[in-house]
Amino acid sequence: MPTYQLTVNGKSTSVEAGEDTPVLWVLRDHLDLVGTKFGCGIAQCGACTVHLDGNAVRSCSLTMASVEGKSITTIEGLSEDGSHPVQQAWKEVDVPQCGYCQAGQIMTASAFLDKNPNPSTEDIRSAMHGNICRCASYARIQKAVETAAEKMV
Amino acid sequence: MSTTPSVPFSRRAFLKSSSLAGGGLLIGFNLFTGCKPEAVKIPMDLSKLDYKDFNAFIKIAKNGAVTIFSPNPEIGQGVKTSMPMIIAEELDVAWDMVHVEQGILDTKSYTRQLAGGSQSIRHGWDALRTTGALAKKILVEAAATRWGVDSSECSVSEGVITNAKGETLGYGDVAEDAALLEAAAMEAREKAKAAAAESDAPDEAPEAPEVALKEPKDYKIIGTDRGNVDIDKIVTGKPLFGLDYKEEGMVYASVLRPPAFGQKLDSYDDTKAKAMPGVIDVVRIGEKANALLNQEEKNWTAVLDSSDKVVVIAKTSWEAMQAKKAIKATWTDDSTLESTEYQDEKLMALLDGKEFRTLRKDGDVKKAFANADKVLERTYESPFLPHNCMEPMNFFANVTDAKIHLVGPIQTPEYAAMGVANMLGRDVGDIHLEMTRMGGGFGRRLYGDFVYEAAEISNAIKKPVKVVSSREDDMTTGVYRPAIKYRIKASVKDGKVTGYQLKEAAINGNMYGLIPNFFPAGAIENYQVDVAAYGSNVTTGAWRAPYTNFLAYAEQSFLDELAEMMEVDKIQLRLDLLEKVKGTTDERIQYSPERLQGVIREAVAKSGWGKQASDVYQGFVAYYCHNSHVAEVADVKIEGGMPVVKKVTCVVDCGIVVNPLGAKNQAEGGVIDGVGHAMYGTFGFKEGIPTANNYDKYRLIRMNEAPEVEVHFVQNELSPTGLGEPTLPPAGGAVANALKAATGKRIYKQPFMEDPDFWRTANKEILG
Repeated sequence: MPTYQLTVNGKSTSVEAGEDTPVLWVLRDHLDLVGTKFGCGIAQCGACTVHLDGNAVRSCSLTMASVEGKSITTIEGLSEDGSHPVQQAWKEVDVPQCGYCQAGQIMTASAFLDKNPNPSTEDIRSAMHGNICRCASYARIQKAVETAAEKMV
Repeated sequence: MSTTPSVPFSRRAFLKSSSLAGGGLLIGFNLFTGCKPEAVKIPMDLSKLDYKDFNAFIKIAKNGAVTIFSPNPEIGQGVKTSMPMIIAEELDVAWDMVHVEQGILDTKSYTRQLAGGSQSIRHGWDALRTTGALAKKILVEAAATRWGVDSSECSVSEGVITNAKGETLGYGDVAEDAALLEAAAMEAREKAKAAAAESDAPDEAPEAPEVALKEPKDYKIIGTDRGNVDIDKIVTGKPLFGLDYKEEGMVYASVLRPPAFGQKLDSYDDTKAKAMPGVIDVVRIGEKANALLNQEEKNWTAVLDSSDKVVVIAKTSWEAMQAKKAIKATWTDDSTLESTEYQDEKLMALLDGKEFRTLRKDGDVKKAFANADKVLERTYESPFLPHNCMEPMNFFANVTDAKIHLVGPIQTPEYAAMGVANMLGRDVGDIHLEMTRMGGGFGRRLYGDFVYEAAEISNAIKKPVKVVSSREDDMTTGVYRPAIKYRIKASVKDGKVTGYQLKEAAINGNMYGLIPNFFPAGAIENYQVDVAAYGSNVTTGAWRAPYTNFLAYAEQSFLDELAEMMEVDKIQLRLDLLEKVKGTTDERIQYSPERLQGVIREAVAKSGWGKQASDVYQGFVAYYCHNSHVAEVADVKIEGGMPVVKKVTCVVDCGIVVNPLGAKNQAEGGVIDGVGHAMYGTFGFKEGIPTANNYDKYRLIRMNEAPEVEVHFVQNELSPTGLGEPTLPPAGGAVANALKAATGKRIYKQPFMEDPDFWRTANKEILG
């Protein structure tokens, strides 16, 4: 089985896994980073969203072979203590119901706001539409992204 | 409707409430005392106390920090925050000193540890308040004893007890004394009980302590916004959910189940799978679970198909899921492989036939229909629905000779534990079950099939194991909301509604019981509810707001059309019908006509009903279910030639709102969930195989499609009722009625957007 070198949450990491193994399962089962969630396995729900060199990607559909030498940030590495403005906004607005999809929502939102610091409501609704919230906490997700945008100015 | 802002605390009331949801009272420095005689006994020598034995409601540390154990499973409905809030209110502590933990399954300390039917708060209300108040009373007595004063001279504020001289003691200072006091009192109660049992007056059991409860006007925590107690863990990705749970030596299991409903496993070839990376073993299971299936009546959560299954055991989730795909299995047809068309024909034949069970019959509907000036009859159709919890079904089991350790997301932990004990021929006392936070429930996790699978696998391989489902496993081996058809018929004579008949035909039967006594029962002289079911091999069960998630749309759509036929105001028709129910002596009637009228009037005012902008088309629904009263108004606009749901105004009467911040989230989510499934949700079968297996083929509502939701709670001091479900059923009806207003077209089938051209054409007619 091949060994891959990558950076996860700022730490250089070596992982032995099959080349087709999705990054999601390496994070969860090999590296014990279970904050990144499994939802669909086909990049349709966004629960598994992480940052790959700063871009939001679906880790369930990203193979280990494709991330050799790259840098991945998960929800555990977004900040050390939940102090990232998006995490702070999520707390202020009290977004979650069940909470399962929220790590993926936060990762999508934080990458989006890095590139679009002054989004309109329609920008937000469009950018976040790839992340399903089965509890439909959409109104609060929208409000939290707006709140985070204000914090990040 | 009961109005109990405070409970006069007679012994009977106490025994009743403790048998509902509580009874455990843990106080002090890792100390516990039981309100129920069978609860674990506190030793008088505290050094002999084994804290591990205890898991009840309240723990107070020496520094005054309070830990409250939340008894019921958390599925996103918010009870892990709101139930402890109720205890903290009566305990009189500051909320920021409270730490909340999930209680384990503990049938000695708690009862009704179940998430379902929007009942946790309603059933827990008295017992949780009483638990907090009793703990406070004992703590105050301990302080009073230490001071040598009467407890009536003491007052409490935020966990600090003050006497008449102004001296203070914190809860933490007296927790140990309080525990000893209560241990002695408990011993005395037990002695008295034993004496009473020997005497001829068994009814004279020992008195439980009396306790007064607060008046709502004095609440400091209940009724205030409190954030989700798990928020820090959620936003930082800490392990919380079943799928996150790990244990040393744990292996992963992926289960191959029949691809079609109606099939059974014949044989399989695992040669290729066994050679794949990470694979530890391949085993066949089913014998034990299938034996349990034969006792299904004794344990309704054991909804399992009767086929054996092939299980791949591997070192990681991915390796188990991949190797499962390499199993070559042959399946035999055990019963009819049904397709949607076949099921539709069966249901329609039932509606057209005479094989009904009558659930309620007032007067004579046949006569009313025969004598009517006008009759309206409509048929409404809905598909199956999968639950699609974001966290796919999973469970951990470690079955050893000494004990059975179960961990994971389950709405019915007590049933699951009993089922596993029965299945493995073990004592239920051998089972230690921990409930994790759930990535959604929606009714799917009422059924413990995945718990039995995990236990049977662990028992077979003698290892700790986590059963993991792929999304495809989750969606195609579900316990679906059954496909249902309704036929509603009403008669009008001299401008009055004289008859109303509701007929239901459902796959495997809907969950009956309450429907016949919901509105408009009691409002129409001749009224009948008939049900019929077709028994299918497709597994079906409760889906968020069972009974009504589809019925509300059918009935409320019908009422609008009835008003149109009668040429009367739609709101007035509902108000007039409700007027007739006031003062009813019929105890079967579930809803309150006054409260339903109240939410109707509030919704009219808040939504600007009748005063909306010229490009806004509105639809109205008022509905009662799960003990709460809700009215909703949907606003639809035409955008790009298509009707779009822009906003829903939702007025809820659920009595006292324990946590408005959580309640609003819950109400908004219920509305959008209702809109989403009514608009897009569809699921069927082709020769027993589900028509969708993942989100590329099954459409869930997304943020860019979600309407704005404006929620208003009716302010009153009535005992609280649940919120997990009641805002969902009205949403579909409000949308259907708004779509009619916008396009002139009525839709009789869900999902509404199955054929978008239906609406586009309509627009051309209207707008052209």
